Formats: sequence, structure tokens, C-alpha cells
Amino acid sequence: MTNRSPSPIILLGTRFLSPYIMVFGFYVIFHGHYSPGGGFQGGTLLAVSLLLIRIASGTQIANLQFKDYLATPYAALGVVIYFGTGLVAMIMGGYFLDYEQLPIPGLEAADLRYWGILIIELGIGLTVMTVLTLIYDNMVKGEDYA
Amino acid sequence: MKYLKLLLIIAFTLLLLFAASDLPYRGEADNQMNQEISMTGTPVPGNYYIQEAYNDAHTPNIVTVILGDYRSIDTLGEQIVIFTAGLIVFLLLRNRKEDEENDQ
Repeated sequence: MTNRSPSPIILLGTRFLSPYIMVFGFYVIFHGHYSPGGGFQGGTLLAVSLLLIRIASGTQIANLQFKDYLATPYAALGVVIYFGTGLVAMIMGGYFLDYEQLPIPGLEAADLRYWGILIIELGIGLTVMTVLTLIYDNMVKGEDYA
Repeated sequence: MKYLKLLLIIAFTLLLLFAASDLPYRGEADNQMNQEISMTGTPVPGNYYIQEAYNDAHTPNIVTVILGDYRSIDTLGEQIVIFTAGLIVFLLLRNRKEDEENDQ
């Protein structure tokens, strides 16, 4: 598979599909408060939109969308977002992950919990997306054709 | 040996069917898992979650409130498990080609 070039039709089709899958992934994350969904499921859908381009076009073109060396730092950043939310709540005088104590002005306790859950779901989504991309990138390293 | 395996499978099937025949019907109000007090005499937390989840977090999806708020440390553990799995794959498969070239 050394001299095979990616098919332009497949590349165009995946470039058309990828943003819609990504939008659906964000919908699943942000709509997790009202319907089945959340960080894990939405993060998987975001990873699917990245992996589609990677499978269709190879590493070189896929790196224009999401650079492979950024996967590990972003996965760590997702964990830091989750842990940091809990830590900020603890520093502000509550328990660990007690969203009532988050320093967002102008919101009552229940709404603070609402926003706290959204923040941690975003952290989970970031970690799941980047870890799945990282696994794929490392498994095909040096073996894909483009 | 073959007949012993078959006999074991049949025995376990009968055991599972016997156990399943005694299960309570789904969604009945009298079931033990739907009671406010558990078998050991302690109050069931799920009762509180169903009654107060919306008032606590203004979120209609109870599952999200339980996963993200009441049981958030468990979810943090799940996220760290996924992160660790990614790191292990990264450490196992990184530079595999270069290592093979160095061995030869």
C-alpha cells in the first residue's frame, strides 16, 4: 500500500459527512441534560468524525484537521477540566465536586449544579474523543499509505 | 468429556431457568427494589434521587444528574480509566517500527 493515493470521491464524501457527525456529537453532549446522551457518547461521535477523515485520507491530510501529537495533551486537559472543577469547588469552601460553590456570579445553587454538570461533560467528551483518536493513530503509525 | 460438557450446559440452563422463574415482574410497585426502605432497614438513595433530582440541579434527565452530580467521583474514575487506557496504548505502540529496525 505504499504508492496508493486516496480516492478523491471518498475524500470528498467523508469531508461532507464529517462536520455533520461532529455537530451531532456536540448535540449529544449539550443535550445530555434533556435526553439520553452525555460526555462519553458525544465524545465517541466526535472521535468518529475525526476517524472518518483519517481512514479515508491517511495521516497527512488528517493532520490538517486534528494534529496527532495534540491527542495526549488534550486527553490530559479533559481530565484536568473535570478534576479542576472539583478542586475549585473545594477551594471555594465546599466538598470536592460540590458545584454549588463554583465562583460563577448571578446564579442560584441549582443552576450552578446545571452548569457544573455541563463543564464536566465537556471534559469527558474531550478525553474520550482524543483517546479514541490516539489509539487509532498509534495503531496505524507507519502503516498507512498517505 | 463431550457428554459431560453437554450435561453441564443442560444443568446450568435448568438452574438459570429455575432462578429466572422466581424473578419479580418488571415495574411492579411492590417489588423490593421499588421500596423506600431496603432489606437491611436503611433508606434507599434512589428514592431521594427521583424526588429531588430536578430541584437540586434543574436538569430533567435524572441519569445525567446522578452520573454528573451525585456520583461524580465515580464518573471521574471512569474518565481516568479511559485516559489510562489511551496512555497505555500510546506507550505500548509508540515507535514500534523504529524499535524493530534497531533490533535487526
